[in-house]
Amino acid sequence: MHMSDALVSPAVGTTMLIASGLAAAYSIKKIKQEDDFKKKIPTMGVMGAFVFATQMVNFTIPGTGSSGHLCGGLLLSAILGPYGGFLSMIGVLLIQCLFFADGGLLALGGNIWNMAFYGCFVGSLIWKLIMKNGMSKKKIIVSSIIGSVVALQLGAFSVVIETMLSGVTELPFGVFLTAMQPIHLAIGLVEGLITAGVLCFIYEARPEMLWSPTQKMDKQSKLSYSKTIAILVCSFIIIGGGISLLASSNPDGLEWSIEKITGDTEIEKKESNIYTETEKIQNATAILPDYAIKNNDSIIGTSISGIIGCGITVIFLIGLGTIIKFKRKKEKVKDE
Amino acid sequence: MNKIENAIYQIDMFDKQINQKSIFNQLHPLFKLLLTFLYLILLTSINPYDIFTTIAMGIYLFIISIVGNLPIKNCKKQLKVVLLLLIIVGIANPIIDRRVITYINNIPITTGMISFITLLIKGSFALINTYFLIATTSIESICYALKMLHLPNMLIIVFMLIYRYITVFLKQVEDIWTAYSMRAPKQKGVHYTAWKSLIGSFMLRSIDRAQNVYESMELRGFSPDMFLLEKRKINVRSVSYFTIGVMLLLILRFIPIFNMIGYIFI
Repeated sequence: MHMSDALVSPAVGTTMLIASGLAAAYSIKKIKQEDDFKKKIPTMGVMGAFVFATQMVNFTIPGTGSSGHLCGGLLLSAILGPYGGFLSMIGVLLIQCLFFADGGLLALGGNIWNMAFYGCFVGSLIWKLIMKNGMSKKKIIVSSIIGSVVALQLGAFSVVIETMLSGVTELPFGVFLTAMQPIHLAIGLVEGLITAGVLCFIYEARPEMLWSPTQKMDKQSKLSYSKTIAILVCSFIIIGGGISLLASSNPDGLEWSIEKITGDTEIEKKESNIYTETEKIQNATAILPDYAIKNNDSIIGTSISGIIGCGITVIFLIGLGTIIKFKRKKEKVKDE
Repeated sequence: MNKIENAIYQIDMFDKQINQKSIFNQLHPLFKLLLTFLYLILLTSINPYDIFTTIAMGIYLFIISIVGNLPIKNCKKQLKVVLLLLIIVGIANPIIDRRVITYINNIPITTGMISFITLLIKGSFALINTYFLIATTSIESICYALKMLHLPNMLIIVFMLIYRYITVFLKQVEDIWTAYSMRAPKQKGVHYTAWKSLIGSFMLRSIDRAQNVYESMELRGFSPDMFLLEKRKINVRSVSYFTIGVMLLLILRFIPIFNMIGYIFI
């Protein structure tokens, strides 16, 4: 995912450098407030070197015949916390850029943002939410996988946005996105599994070494559960409502392929068969056909559909979680 | 494992190059860093269809390579990786952007082709430019330049520590890998059953090592605020190099040299 200098324009490169610089300055400020920050400095350096070295080891992915390697953002955060992890990752990325030509110097800001920021901050936010009521092996596995997948998806999305804004490729937004997201989903899953394995080992051997947000949250809980939910809701509105305006009107990867073959983005339908019947059902039940409000093609329609879509997903997930929780409680009562 | 050996070789190669007595090695690191950034900004700001200005920017690299005795072939491995990535991203340009601008031997030259070639040249030049900085500047000098640019001490210390420990850790990983491959021959990577114990135990040893490093640093009176680097004096040679470099880059970027030479012969 390392971006080369040729892939960013000076405006995008500088903006990302400033954004990453601000995140680094904030991390330094926060880490200096910790009691053992002096002790953390050598640990950050040594752990950064550790991540760099272990990235050289390939791990066999079962059943595929291919192999993957560790990325390290979440792993570092689970040991050093988000701020320490982020600063270590900056060091790793700077060395990769200077000595191994993995990513450019002008693109460094973008690379820090895409790989370190999401991996450390978003990853640790997920870790924090899952570990809220204590740590367990299962929770470590779940948070490692979800954290790695989400961080990599966001990172890949940012690569697409930064490259498109720099105007270096003629690839349509949808096609570029379709090429980037699925492959990073697979990479995220593998990285999540490796991270989970290593963290479970540490949990078994020396659990005190893992970053436990619960201890510090009791002392200085600045971001309560309700605040976190509020931030997430705001993010959904911004992503669903705002970013959906940027969605390309061009066909997506699959539609593009169909168009190349048949000359139209839709496959020709056969008369009086199951397709017609299912289409009727779909038209009747779809609240937001083609990501817009029924009989409304305006931009606002697309925006509202984005917000509604996010809302429905959230309600669905919360509902699902509540059902599972309720069932578990019921089973527990039965066992007792 | 080739990857590890390559990485160790790469670091050793840079160390050897930095110790050579060349004009560029003795220049002030701040000027070299600023000039590297200026080059990157000017290069990436060139219009994707302006192939001649992009090629002209190579003149600066050619001069540095000749004067500083810096062979470009040393970075050909990295060039391959960067070019591969750029081909993946830019391959759509000639396919989608098919506006014909001229014909050469009845072969249509499209704007997509031009922007694709420009992208490849830009990527190669940017990489060679960064390579020249690293080949002539030690890690301490880069850190000193970063410190002059008011980068926080903590970040510089972490950066230096990572660099110092990378070689040690790479050698350890190489030992672990050799031991593992002897027990599991003909295997492509580490089997998933060994993932956690192999890396986990290495990680625990690393954390212990970090503890020892911290203690030894404490005993030597380490303080993040009193972190000192050897002072580098700003001399006339460095200032002249910077001034000439900036002027040359601005000329190459904003004056159509190739066109001017062409007009002489038309």
